[in-house]
Amino acid sequence: MSILVIAEHDNAALKAATLNTVAAAAKIGGEIHVLVAGAGCAAAAQAAAQLAGVAKVKCADAAHYAEQTAENLAALVVANAAGYSHILAPATTFGKNLLPRVAALLDVAQISEICGVESPDTFVRPIYAGNALATVKSADAVKVITVRTTAFDAVGEGGAAAVEPIAAGPDLGLTQLVGRELTKSERPELGAAKVIVSGGRGLASGENYHALLEPLADKLNAALGASRAAVDAGFVPNDYQVGQTGKVVAPQLYLAIGISGAIQHLAGMKDSKVIVAINKDPDAPIFQVADYGLVGDLFQLVPELTAAL
Amino acid sequence: MVSEREEETNVKILVPVKRVIDYNVKVRVKADQSGVELASVKMAMNPFDEIAVEEAVRLKEAGVATEVVAVSCGATASQEQLRTALALGADRAILVEAQLNEGELQSLAVAKLLKAVCEKEQPQLVILGKQAIDDDANQTGQMLAALMGWPQATFASKVVVADGKATVTREIDGGLETLALKLPAIVTTDLRLNEPRYATLPNIMKAKKKPLDTLKPAELGVDVAPRLTTLKVVEPAKRQAGVKVADVAELVAKLKNEAKVI
Repeated sequence: MSILVIAEHDNAALKAATLNTVAAAAKIGGEIHVLVAGAGCAAAAQAAAQLAGVAKVKCADAAHYAEQTAENLAALVVANAAGYSHILAPATTFGKNLLPRVAALLDVAQISEICGVESPDTFVRPIYAGNALATVKSADAVKVITVRTTAFDAVGEGGAAAVEPIAAGPDLGLTQLVGRELTKSERPELGAAKVIVSGGRGLASGENYHALLEPLADKLNAALGASRAAVDAGFVPNDYQVGQTGKVVAPQLYLAIGISGAIQHLAGMKDSKVIVAINKDPDAPIFQVADYGLVGDLFQLVPELTAAL
Repeated sequence: MVSEREEETNVKILVPVKRVIDYNVKVRVKADQSGVELASVKMAMNPFDEIAVEEAVRLKEAGVATEVVAVSCGATASQEQLRTALALGADRAILVEAQLNEGELQSLAVAKLLKAVCEKEQPQLVILGKQAIDDDANQTGQMLAALMGWPQATFASKVVVADGKATVTREIDGGLETLALKLPAIVTTDLRLNEPRYATLPNIMKAKKKPLDTLKPAELGVDVAPRLTTLKVVEPAKRQAGVKVADVAELVAKLKNEAKVI
């Protein structure tokens, strides 16, 4: 059995989600290879070679992998799929965009967002926004899987795998990048942060969101998150969203501020180790999952909390 | 030579929709762990598919699209969701009737059925919801794109169709990305693409008269046998509600001394 993990990276370094995906591969068992496809991605390939448990890194370096488009990457993965029993990618927007395309080209099912490994062909995955967990068995020769990163502890370093250059596939030329607007932040990545300060509709405006939550996040070295309501209202950009259809997070400490706790939001954060909720409504559903609840006016309580830390 | 204007107005849009448990229903796992309770539960169109229908109808209203065809793969009762799509502005509907048990009509099979429908209908654009809120798979659009050999833009928050191209802004983990796709192409919708309208009573009445054709997987030559078997479905471990603290000082003390997270 051997497993191919598709690395998510920015050419210079691996994204944290890749480390969790390698951990899921290790749980399945077998020889682990990592595919790094990019443009000028030697540094990312080197980083992959140093991960614990990785036996080989395959590196496809070509200009037409710069934008990481699903069309070109899927063709490359399929061309290199022979001999692998499993193909894994993180269940991030990168992996979710790419892997179903790979699965369909291989004529196999995809098992989305696994949170547990029962055996090499049987996996646990959340359905209905995490309100149920399904155990599914695959009858396909190749198991194509995306991995819920919060369910697997990141692997460390300690590997010394060889990096093998592989031939790039063709440039299909189906899509063209027009532009990107990426959120620039000095803060930890939301998906990998140990502490997350998350705000909702209760903050009432984007100005309040930043004025109240940033000083708190600074004190805690936290990432900033948000509920769908806060994103829809334009307080913060879409990449802040935590929930069923946004990011799934499981930090050591999650502070939900002015978030009522819709089921879709809980789906994205209820595996956090410790949850704190600050909300003026004592009956808000968020208090049903919070370890520590503080009922009151967030405009008074949040600055108080920031000052007390 | 075809003028640009003519090319633009020749865009036919296919919108697949799925019948799922209504988004407001609290899902209950069956006692025998075979699945979730579906008997006498309110069903509705998958919310992301409503956004897809809305986007297609807006493109038609803007004069970009000529026809919007809704399609659903699944049980006979999916006709209800197709009627909803027609009431929201789709011109006609196709039901690919596959009577399988819950969870047995899987994304790959649906993508193959949709491929067969695409070959018959020759749409320029297929707009799908990015995921269904029942199985949360997030696969069908990407799989259809692969099977057709078409470009894809998933998780769309803005779609502009002009000059034989779709320019799509996507919500990605780091922010936003805009791609230009040659038509025909696949787009999957994210939450902020639009706010779907409500169907008005006159439009619900009109929708009853719009054409709804029924096809069978066998007629389309598609094998819909499931590849994944669900062994069991259980409720996740319940998180216990904790305590309410009196003030900030008590909260900080608890986080330091009890939870030891700060």
